[in-house]
Amino acid sequence: MSSVQIRDVRKSFGNFEVLHGVSIPIEDGEFVVLVGPSGCGKSTLLRMLAGLENITSGTISIGDRVVNNVQPKERDIAMVFQNYALYPHMTVADNMGFSLKLRGAKPEEISTGVKRAAEILALTPLLERYPRQLSGGQRQRVAMGRAIVRDPQVFLFDEPLSNLDAKLRVAMRTEIKELHQRLKTTTVYVTHDQIEAMTMADKIVVMHDGIVEQMGSPLELYDTPANQFVAGFIGSPAMNFLKGNVKVNGAAYFEGPNGVKLPLKSAPANSDGKPAVYGVRPEHFTIADDGAEAEIVVVEPTGSETQVFAKLGGEQVVAVFRERHLFNPGDKVRLKPDPALVHLFDDSTGKRLNG
Amino acid sequence: MADIALAPRRAKTEIREASAWDQLRHNKNWLGFWFMLPAMAFLIFFLAYPLGLGVWLSFTDTRIGRVGHFIGTENYEWLWDDSIFWLSVFNTLLYTSIASAIKFAVGLYLALLLNERMPFKALLRAAVLIPFIVPTVLSALAFWWIFDSQFSIISWSLKHLGLITQNINFLGDTTWARICVIFANIWRGVPFVAITLLAGLQTVQPSLYEAATLDGASRWQMFRFITYPLLTPIIAVVMTFSVLFTFTDFQLIWAMTRGGPVNATHLMATLSYQRAIIAGQLGEGAAISSAMIPFLLAAIMVSWFGLQRRKWQQGESND
Repeated sequence: MSSVQIRDVRKSFGNFEVLHGVSIPIEDGEFVVLVGPSGCGKSTLLRMLAGLENITSGTISIGDRVVNNVQPKERDIAMVFQNYALYPHMTVADNMGFSLKLRGAKPEEISTGVKRAAEILALTPLLERYPRQLSGGQRQRVAMGRAIVRDPQVFLFDEPLSNLDAKLRVAMRTEIKELHQRLKTTTVYVTHDQIEAMTMADKIVVMHDGIVEQMGSPLELYDTPANQFVAGFIGSPAMNFLKGNVKVNGAAYFEGPNGVKLPLKSAPANSDGKPAVYGVRPEHFTIADDGAEAEIVVVEPTGSETQVFAKLGGEQVVAVFRERHLFNPGDKVRLKPDPALVHLFDDSTGKRLNG
Repeated sequence: MADIALAPRRAKTEIREASAWDQLRHNKNWLGFWFMLPAMAFLIFFLAYPLGLGVWLSFTDTRIGRVGHFIGTENYEWLWDDSIFWLSVFNTLLYTSIASAIKFAVGLYLALLLNERMPFKALLRAAVLIPFIVPTVLSALAFWWIFDSQFSIISWSLKHLGLITQNINFLGDTTWARICVIFANIWRGVPFVAITLLAGLQTVQPSLYEAATLDGASRWQMFRFITYPLLTPIIAVVMTFSVLFTFTDFQLIWAMTRGGPVNATHLMATLSYQRAIIAGQLGEGAAISSAMIPFLLAAIMVSWFGLQRRKWQQGESND
């Protein structure tokens, strides 16, 4: 186990820079999730960490050692690939023991290591099978087993669950988290799925267009997103954004589209009349008499909650209720955002305005 | 419209007494047979019939212009004591084994090279195919010139470099002639092996190499433990074809040496042609050709086992 330091790392392919100076401190034993839309550079960063891509500038250190020019095999890391990258012509046992074999380990050593990993992952009955004879989830576990056998300083996961079906994904999510709790190995996990990030991470790093938008614990990011991008990316259904102006007319409020009046707990200093973006999470709406009038468009009950799409000041918003409201399309309701939980973003920079 | 409405009722009565002819027309299994018929007819007329005829001729004393009689295994007995026939068998085996082995080695090397990232990759890949697309006889004639006893460019170059004083008698010396025809065959055969193996190489997922890199494999270990095992099925196919083509080679030899000098480059195919068509002894020529069958069958048997699905290829694929 070791800490990892990523300092001002840049990556260019030819003249095209894809990472514009990324710095991420990763503590020993931490589970860090790099999350962002496709093309944000998260996988590239992971591959640079693995040594599969060169580092254009900046440094990456694992433990106390700068690894910029260290061969991948010398970095003491193990990686789980999106498509698992299992060797199809080797049995599960051979797949898991391959790195030990290359290292010149003795056969007994290899089989002990493989057995230990197989027990951790409940793969023991499958050791003599070939990858083709395994289900997706089993292959995923073999890929993790291959990483565990090496007993590395750092685990790297590159979107490991995206080839699995929805149900299995949830199960494997728990399994990976449990594994991390057991082994306590520093882990860097790349995904585009913010739910995976929220559920698994000790620390989430939200990336976008080659920069780090924000990093912090899942709930920090959820409660106080640093900018509009993070606010929209974290949380499902996504946060509602309404454009308008801050008004400080005695009590502060927000004038939304078509003059809709939305509550604010307080206004930032010198913001009277300033254009801004009002953000409210779907789950922070309540039905209240002093709410803004909205017209129901679509109602989607999921059993545990009800998602309601409605027109608020002409803009479509989504609200989520735990209660089973019996709404019909066309109904008029009064939606009230919880003023303590709303977010205010700068209209031009997207930066967070309220504390 | 009326027809459609009435049809089911008529069909109902017919079902009870469906004739054999109806069965042939409507039964699904027979339908498959009808679809197979054109291909079957093609194979029978152009493959099975000539093969059968050839084998039959080998048991007769047919000559050009004279219908033969069945003479049992006389042709074969005759060949058994024919030293030229045995020389051609030896030549064929030598030619096939050396040429195939080198074609495999060079082809694999080229395929690995062309699979690397490099400038002008598409152009180089196309260039590799050139020996394959030039008509055999044309390239054979070109080699004939290259190896000519007087005008050989190789002799000329070596003389100008001061390495030799006299022209090398490429196609006149038995050893040189064998080397030359084998070289020409390799030159022609390498593209097929290289391009087919390249296609095989491209089916190997790049992430396997990345995984192997992280597992600590050197370039050689990646080839030894990843590339080569994954390539074995395609190697089995391509080498079977390569061996069959080389074993039955005729054009190249005939255009370059006609089997000479002193039969040093006579292959079974060229000897068969010489005896059957040039000398008119169809029966004897057919016997030489038929004698190739056991060798070819052996090659096919080897590939049969080579081509069987390996254990790791079995099982369902749900990716």
